[in-house]
Amino acid sequence: MRLLAKMSWLEMKLFLREPLTVLFALALPLLVLFVMGGVFGNEVDAEFYRGIGAMDYYVPAYIALVTASVGLISLPVHIAGNRELGVLKRYHASSMPAATVVGASVVTTFVVALFSAVLLVVAASLGYDIGAPDSIPMVVAAFVLSALLFASLGVLLGAVLPNSRAAQALGVLLWFVMLILGGAGPPPEVLSGAMDVVGQATPLRHAIRTVQDGWLTLDAGLSWLVVGFIFAVATAAAIRFFRWE
Amino acid sequence: MLRNVPVISVAHLQKRYGSFTAVSDVSFHVEEGEIFGILGPNGAGKTTTVESLQGLRSVDGGVVSVLGFDPVTHAAEIRRRIGSQLQESALPDRMKVWEAADLFGSLRPTGPDWHELIADWGLAEKKDARFGSLSGGQQQRLFVALALANDPQLVFLDEMTTGLDPASRRVAWDLIRQIRDRGTTVVLVTHFMDEAENLCDRLIVVDSGRVVATGTPQGLIEEYGGGVRVRFSNGGADLDWLREVPHVHDVARERDRYEVRGDGPVLAHVAAALVAHGIAPVDLRQERATLEDVFLSLTGEAE
Ligand SMILES: Nc1ncnc2c1ncn2[C@@H]1O[C@H](COP(=O)(O)OP(=O)(O)OP(=O)(O)O)[C@@H](O)[C@H]1O
Ligand SMILES: [Mg+2]
Repeated sequence: MRLLAKMSWLEMKLFLREPLTVLFALALPLLVLFVMGGVFGNEVDAEFYRGIGAMDYYVPAYIALVTASVGLISLPVHIAGNRELGVLKRYHASSMPAATVVGASVVTTFVVALFSAVLLVVAASLGYDIGAPDSIPMVVAAFVLSALLFASLGVLLGAVLPNSRAAQALGVLLWFVMLILGGAGPPPEVLSGAMDVVGQATPLRHAIRTVQDGWLTLDAGLSWLVVGFIFAVATAAAIRFFRWE
Repeated sequence: MLRNVPVISVAHLQKRYGSFTAVSDVSFHVEEGEIFGILGPNGAGKTTTVESLQGLRSVDGGVVSVLGFDPVTHAAEIRRRIGSQLQESALPDRMKVWEAADLFGSLRPTGPDWHELIADWGLAEKKDARFGSLSGGQQQRLFVALALANDPQLVFLDEMTTGLDPASRRVAWDLIRQIRDRGTTVVLVTHFMDEAENLCDRLIVVDSGRVVATGTPQGLIEEYGGGVRVRFSNGGADLDWLREVPHVHDVARERDRYEVRGDGPVLAHVAAALVAHGIAPVDLRQERATLEDVFLSLTGEAE
């Protein structure tokens, strides 16, 4: 546990020493927020956005999106890159436990996602007239679960992809597909049948619904279960496929 | 302590990469407190062998025991007790020297103080430097220091001094001897013959995945070095009677330069015989094969 704490702290310092990554993690969600806010405002239109204002819809959605961007992009690039360079081999030969090495990356990812989400909520409440969450515990629970979901997917990607370039390419692709079809871009209602079916299959769609559930007391249906299920499967697969070299 | 119980024993180790056999038959044992050398040309299978012993690679055949454990089934037990400096590995570029030392040191809190370790290996002033900004030799020294951070019983050093300047190499040798004197067994893979000759108690020469010679550096020189050569110059007369001198096998002459071959105390007998015949060459000297000559002849790279 002490080792995990030390490693996590170190990982966070290393993260902060990469200015571009920090910028990407913290500024990108804000950029998306203000672009979307500029386009849609917060008018209520019964046909779209599950019947609520666009920004009321998007802010909880972006909280989920933030966990997806650090989980699907930063984390796999970090893990695959460390394997490619021989850093993981170095740790392994010194009997650093896998749980510590991966755990520290997940902790870092989580903290970054948390900062990014808080920043997003603060910026959104300053810039737009969005309502306070109906249930803070539910939003927190949804955030934690969503962060764990994408971290597990990220570790899995980092485990199976050979190098940081492959991780970057696939991570960005998945993130982008999920952004568009998962409901963090165009409102789900405008997606045609086939696109909506694919959208339903993206983890992000369900992560968004759980956060919105807590924020706006909308019915998330089975999404809580889907998120939990994908998290469990991805974690098992990540443990199964993790390689040091 | 349990003398003569091998710290490492390897019998007929075999390792294939696909259809390519990198290690076909390697056997040796290492005793406690030894500095044991592994020599061999590029691609001979040295790294494959030592990484197999550390449980970092699967093996395809043979019986191996390291500190009493099988690296295939008990790799974690072994890794906890050993130190390793890998030929190829890295740390994150932005990790600072002290952070790495602190991290690896905390794997075994009873181990040596990392401040001292860093100072021993000449990195005290580089404490706050990032790994990526270190020179190749400094990175190498950091890896050796990290290999010792858990106070290992056995340490594997794979080309520890590659990239070190001559002064740093001497310092490294001294430090390795000190580690051995404190009871740690050292396995040293090296391409430097002077390093092997100076440091190793025993060594093996590996070529194409097989052990081609085992022994002490001196023993190998005596066994494979082609004996002793004594050279001198003198007028140019035939000195065939030198063949009758004890320990001499052969005499060759090229104009006024003579080469006497034999083994054992050739020089003393030749000197005495020459003086008895009234010949006192000023350049009488003995030349012995070096470990490098032995290495080149054993690994077929002499020509
Ligand atoms: N992961 C691998 N996959 C395929 N072949 C490999 C792998 N690692 C090593 N080899 C091959 O196995 C042989 C032995 O390699 P090894 O690294 O053990 O040599 P070495 O004796 O350490 O050489 P050097 O002195 O250059 O470090 C080489 O021919 C090498 O190409
Ligand atoms: Mg090698």
